[in-house]
Amino acid sequence: MRFSFDKLFKLITLIFGVFIIVLVIIIFYQLFINSLTALRAFGINFFLGKVWSPVKGIFGALPFIYGTLLTATIALLIAFPLSIGIAIFLTEIAPRVLREFLTTIVELIAAIPSVVIGLWGIFVLAPFVRDYLQPFLAYFSFIPFFTGRTFGLCYLTAILVLIFMITPIMTSIFREAFRNVPADLKEALYALGATRYEVIRHVSIPYTRTALAAGIILAYGRALGETLAVTMVIGNMPAITLSLLSPGYTLAAVIANEFLEATDRLYISSLIGLGLILFIISFVVNLIGTLILRRLSR
Amino acid sequence: MIIRKIKDKLFTLFAIASFIIVSLPLFHIILTIIVNGIGAINLEFFIALPNPPGVPGGGIVNAIEGSIILVCLTMLISFPIGFFGGIYLAEYGKGPLAETVRNLTNSLSGIPSIVAGIFSYTLIVIYFGFSALAGAIALSLLAIPYIVRTTEEALKAVPNDIREAGLALGLPRWKVTLYLVVGAAKPRILAGTLLAVARIIGEAAPLLFTAFGNPFYTYSIFEPTDALPLLIFNYALSPYPDWHLKAWGAALVLIIIVLSINLTVKYYVQREGK
Amino acid sequence: MREVGGSSLNSKFGCSILEIRRNIKLISVIIIISLVGYYFLIPKYNIVQLLGAGATFPYPLIFKWTQEFRKIYPNITVNYQAIGSGGGIRAIIEQTVDFGASDVPLNNKEFEEARKKGTILHIPETIGAIAIVYNIPELNGRLKLSGEVLADIYLGKIAKWNDPRIASLNPGLNLPDQDIIVVKRSDGSGTTYIFTDFLSAVSEEWKTLIGPTKIFDFPDNIGDRGIAAKGNQGVSGVIQQNPYTIGYIELAYAIQNNFPVALIRNKDGYFVEPNITTIQAAAAGIVQQLPKPWDSWENVSIVYAPGKLAYPLSSLSYILVYAEQRDYRKCLALKKWLSWIVTEGQKFAEELHYVPLPQEIIQLDLLAIEHIRYLGEISSLNGSIKWYNDVITCFLFSQRLEFVI
Repeated sequence: MRFSFDKLFKLITLIFGVFIIVLVIIIFYQLFINSLTALRAFGINFFLGKVWSPVKGIFGALPFIYGTLLTATIALLIAFPLSIGIAIFLTEIAPRVLREFLTTIVELIAAIPSVVIGLWGIFVLAPFVRDYLQPFLAYFSFIPFFTGRTFGLCYLTAILVLIFMITPIMTSIFREAFRNVPADLKEALYALGATRYEVIRHVSIPYTRTALAAGIILAYGRALGETLAVTMVIGNMPAITLSLLSPGYTLAAVIANEFLEATDRLYISSLIGLGLILFIISFVVNLIGTLILRRLSR
Repeated sequence: MIIRKIKDKLFTLFAIASFIIVSLPLFHIILTIIVNGIGAINLEFFIALPNPPGVPGGGIVNAIEGSIILVCLTMLISFPIGFFGGIYLAEYGKGPLAETVRNLTNSLSGIPSIVAGIFSYTLIVIYFGFSALAGAIALSLLAIPYIVRTTEEALKAVPNDIREAGLALGLPRWKVTLYLVVGAAKPRILAGTLLAVARIIGEAAPLLFTAFGNPFYTYSIFEPTDALPLLIFNYALSPYPDWHLKAWGAALVLIIIVLSINLTVKYYVQREGK
Repeated sequence: MREVGGSSLNSKFGCSILEIRRNIKLISVIIIISLVGYYFLIPKYNIVQLLGAGATFPYPLIFKWTQEFRKIYPNITVNYQAIGSGGGIRAIIEQTVDFGASDVPLNNKEFEEARKKGTILHIPETIGAIAIVYNIPELNGRLKLSGEVLADIYLGKIAKWNDPRIASLNPGLNLPDQDIIVVKRSDGSGTTYIFTDFLSAVSEEWKTLIGPTKIFDFPDNIGDRGIAAKGNQGVSGVIQQNPYTIGYIELAYAIQNNFPVALIRNKDGYFVEPNITTIQAAAAGIVQQLPKPWDSWENVSIVYAPGKLAYPLSSLSYILVYAEQRDYRKCLALKKWLSWIVTEGQKFAEELHYVPLPQEIIQLDLLAIEHIRYLGEISSLNGSIKWYNDVITCFLFSQRLEFVI
């Protein structure tokens, strides 16, 4: 009697577990089937085409792939050192009494809903970029990143928003990792007369390599997929340009904006195709990150 | 020697500066929301349905009801899946099948919220129409990996002594797992579920083309519904100043809910840890 | 072997009564949740919700209508979401909504697509206009523009506010030496269609290059002086927040936000502003030539209409609905709703800056509404709902069994 209940229980949990595999397969399938029309119509040019024109019926995903990768990568490049700095601050520099409190503050950032950050972005950050940041950056307009005029809704604002959103993710992983660096390794170096910076640079960081990598990749996955906050501040114009002050578009933003209004089969199918691209990119990135984290815990 | 000291000081400065750079916007956001949103908060805000633009007054009770319905429905769908899936991974989780489940779950956790919306649209909306159900299914895609991971970690953190003690007393395996181990891990599982709730109550992207929005009360899960983040999104992009005010008010309500949940969970977990 | 928590009352499954008692809280919670859940799962007999989606232009009016309508018929709620004319057309063709709304009638391709699923009806519910709005903080008067100049601004050929061609139309105005920032809609929009329809009528170059369309890309000459915004809402917001911008939005939005509105030169050569009189003048000519509601309305347009007072950027706004309905309740509710808005509802139009329908169009609409009918048998008023749902709802929630309108 009891045996069969054990097996039954195991079976139930197994079914739910396998359900997740089935779910992922269904997601892929649905996205793929519904984008077939577009893929068949454009072939490889769907991924490489530079033109996205609902008017002419030509749909190429390149501007959005560019925008997604551009914003996520630059945000990551800036957020990474910031996260390390904050993680060190929280584990070593901050007064012990305040550490919990300050950590909570950083983790609260991750809790703020994306749409609220977008709200703040439209009404506060975008005008700030337009009125204060851009005139400041105009001095550096010889750098191709900072040329042109802006209305506040541009790649730069989106990047700032992304930095703000992915830093807490990396910070919490890094903080855990730095805390787990064995004290005797650090003390050995301190005993030799090293400064805190040198200890961090030569012990903590190399020791936590894998965690750093995992954190980077997970944050990157998040940045690639972030939808609402980016949609509200990015300016909604497909643009393959180096100028960060130009309005732009990402995969997630164009889907959010245009999905409900696409009137013909090809248009809808192309948008779902963009969703497929986005899903594959973020899925692969997250998979790599998880595998690295798994290797870390061995 | 001096250079080394300077590098050290610079680094310390950098660390402090990073913290300030990143926490300043947080305070500014919260401050802005409070300052802008407090003007919208009154009793009518929580009780009344929205008025057309230009007509003063009105409230957001449709969004509040919608958010409640969506959260309940999403938890109803995703909690069993996540809970039992987590149990599977924690208790029976060795071997290639379990590994695959684990890896796929974690990869699913990164799904862009808009893709969850598209998925629900192609599967549900086309056949059943815009509905709270479609919205809940989209939100479940986001919640399930979260709950699986939380449950698995919570169960793994329960020391083996409990399991062995239960088995030694003659309890069948399933009772050991379901009653003893889960019982011991209950606080953590609860905490994780609450965090999942905090996460999905603030998501609007999956709802854009599933829940559709509704300026009246929702009476059925097969009907469209509004939600707090969806309302914020729509009102923020409208040209009416009174709707902007309501968007800030709704943002204030949302952020109070989300931050309360997060802080409560944190406090609770800290207490358990001691 | 000892059983934990056991007593002599062991049942077959190894659970004891003590365990059930312990779980009573859990069980009662589950029961309550099931009841609440069941309430939300069952269809409600005496409440109907109609879904509509489409143009952002009539949104303030339609929302007002849904509120007023609900006061008279409390158990019919109409849920209208403004997602753009393109979205409305797509939604009604895909039949994910009960009615669509669009500022532009179905073109031939869309009409053919819609016809595959039934008889699509065009029901104009109001008349409106596009206002050309601008944000020039220091301007000391009202801007006058002609269609040709407007077309060239949007083609990028006129780049500065103090361009001689603009100045010649506006003697005495202190036009600044600033770039013109041009704003367009980023979504598929009937507003854009009306605007480009007008530009095509006045400018050969626009007609060949872009033509009348629901969505267009900026010509290269615009360079970095162009912004795309989503919805009438988005365009209003961009113009409010950025100086030296020019854009096109529905009149109601312009008035509500106190935007300065440009005077446009009409076909007869007069500079008119959009208001009830000028829009009615534009619509006056078309009423005799409207097609039957079930035919194609592709060529119906009151843009650039003749008449001394006619405002050239006027347009009818259409409700799109299928004549064949498959849900009895919704069919009744839909007919009630549509009849009300084209008759009683029109009295709310003026105060919201929309133009009430002329009598001819109202008659045409009522003819169309008569053609909406329910396909299928009416065995009981409850249609295809299962009988046990009747009993349970009646028992638990005391809902009335008959559908009351």
